[in-house]
Amino acid sequence: MHGPGFVSIWFFIGALLTAYGLLITATGLYELGTPPANAPVLSNLHASLWWGLVLLIIGLIYFIKFFPKKQ
Amino acid sequence: MTEKLLTLSPVDLVIIGLYFVMVLGIGFYLKRFTKTGEDFFLAGRDMTSWIAGLSFVAANLGSLELMGWAASAYQYGILATHWYWIGAIPAMLFLGIVMMPFYYISRTHSVPGYLKLRFGEPARALSAITFGFMTVLMSGINMYSMALVLKIVLGWDIHFSIWISSLTVAVYVFLGGLLSAIFNEVLQFFLIWLGAIIVSVLGLIEAGGWSGMVHRIHTNFPGQDYTHLWAGLGSFTSNPMGIHWTGIVLGLGFVISFGYWTTDFLVVQRVLSAKDLRSAKMAPIIGSAFKMAVPFIVILPGLLGLAVLPEHLVGESQAATMPGAHTYNEVLPLMLARYCGPGLLGLGITALIAGFMSGMAGNVSAFATVWTYDIYRALIRPRASDNHYVSMGRWCTILGVLISIGTAYVVMQFLSIMDYVQALFSIFIAPLFGTVILGMLWKRATPAAGFWGLLAGTLSSLAMFLWVHFDPSALRYIALSSHAQNMAENMYRALWSWIICVLVTVAVSAVTKPKPISELKDLVYGATVIPSEGAVSLVHRPIFWAGVVFVVFVVLNIIFW
Repeated sequence: MHGPGFVSIWFFIGALLTAYGLLITATGLYELGTPPANAPVLSNLHASLWWGLVLLIIGLIYFIKFFPKKQ
Repeated sequence: MTEKLLTLSPVDLVIIGLYFVMVLGIGFYLKRFTKTGEDFFLAGRDMTSWIAGLSFVAANLGSLELMGWAASAYQYGILATHWYWIGAIPAMLFLGIVMMPFYYISRTHSVPGYLKLRFGEPARALSAITFGFMTVLMSGINMYSMALVLKIVLGWDIHFSIWISSLTVAVYVFLGGLLSAIFNEVLQFFLIWLGAIIVSVLGLIEAGGWSGMVHRIHTNFPGQDYTHLWAGLGSFTSNPMGIHWTGIVLGLGFVISFGYWTTDFLVVQRVLSAKDLRSAKMAPIIGSAFKMAVPFIVILPGLLGLAVLPEHLVGESQAATMPGAHTYNEVLPLMLARYCGPGLLGLGITALIAGFMSGMAGNVSAFATVWTYDIYRALIRPRASDNHYVSMGRWCTILGVLISIGTAYVVMQFLSIMDYVQALFSIFIAPLFGTVILGMLWKRATPAAGFWGLLAGTLSSLAMFLWVHFDPSALRYIALSSHAQNMAENMYRALWSWIICVLVTVAVSAVTKPKPISELKDLVYGATVIPSEGAVSLVHRPIFWAGVVFVVFVVLNIIFW
């Protein structure tokens, strides 16, 4: 698509999801030790931690698989 | 509402900020690849079926889709799912298998462009002008709903939200045209799913699964059926929407759905960007599979709201007289607030912003194309250079955003966002579907009939809308029942206006001269040779995957009957 040197959309998606995964996983880890004052419903399930990891895994797969190659 | 539902943490703000950086970065990156009109308006006709398909669905996933349909699910129950299943899937499959070959082979750049080739300039001018009008209205509604979410949830100033989000869309579409819009829509598609599905997952856990949710809804709202798709549609009074199954099947499932998914240029433009005919046929089929799953992130949160929220939400008019009451439109933000802490909240808000931007970019890029090719080039300056039209498209993007912003301030006066959208669809889209489908499938339809049928259908739809608006008792004639709600009225108005369009088109065709067959080549069934798909295996044929999607669609309707 659009010839050599064209960076795939999947790379951009991977980069953003990786960044989000890192941020949300880190937040989840922090909340393990320091629970928030106004905890949401079901906060005992630590959704930030496992959902952050899901984002990180998906993001890394796309980021690595579609990383732009030198021409 | 006078106070915000929650406050963002620094990590939430970083997540939202990263999103804005990424979409703008994509726009700047893609500018170098959009030099010609084909690049800017049709993304170089170089998209794979997956990218075109995801973009096709994402452009329809505005914040209206997320917030408005969650609100409708709270108000009408699972009946709102009809807008995703019977109100989308058959039409999307029909577009891919039956209609796409004609759009694609004719090499048209737009739906009004197809009408020009098939019926001539008057039909094109009428559809282009009504489409341009509808598009900026839709864009304004989308913008307003986004700003409303941010005001309710975060307490952000409504004007700040409108201007910042809109100008971001304007910049990236200005830079990269449809290519930039499509790339960002695919990105936004991922963010919408990953940001919104967490509410459904956690909601189901809290409610005790599907059966637990249904039990809670029956306890909270005794005597009302919110959880059956078809069982309550035998009469106008046995379901929360006040609609009969004929309205859902004929009005929504046939006219409005086929009208929107097969003739609304906002979505069709994404498919026209496909790199070849097979990709163009596959894109709506791929899109339909994802569309079928959208209720799990949109309708389910509304149903879960019925089950787990401690208070009963009310309509906008009731909320005005009940200080502190929350409205239907707030159900998704309330559910986000219920389950999402720092980080996840930022992701959920980003999903809403992404939904807004994908919907708005869809409107703006389609508006720029129709304005430039079907109004400006057709009626104002027919013989300019390609560079001139690209430049016009870029500036038209800015103009479209500014008009949409003005429209957003106008639509703030309307009480029910989604009902208004459906009214717009039925007024403009239903008759257009009548004209396009007769144009594609009936060689005898004449150029004069195309124009007069479209005009008669549009005016009759507008007249019916105004009749009921000024005399609510007319509802019993338009919607066949005085118990019908707004959405039911829209379904039947769409049906009548489509029938009027078809009858006028047939009648005028009978007394006017058709085009010779040689001029209908690549435009009409029976006068067009559809290219063979060659000797490919079954799993590479679009018809196979359309069959798979249709079977799943039938099974889902039976499960939730």
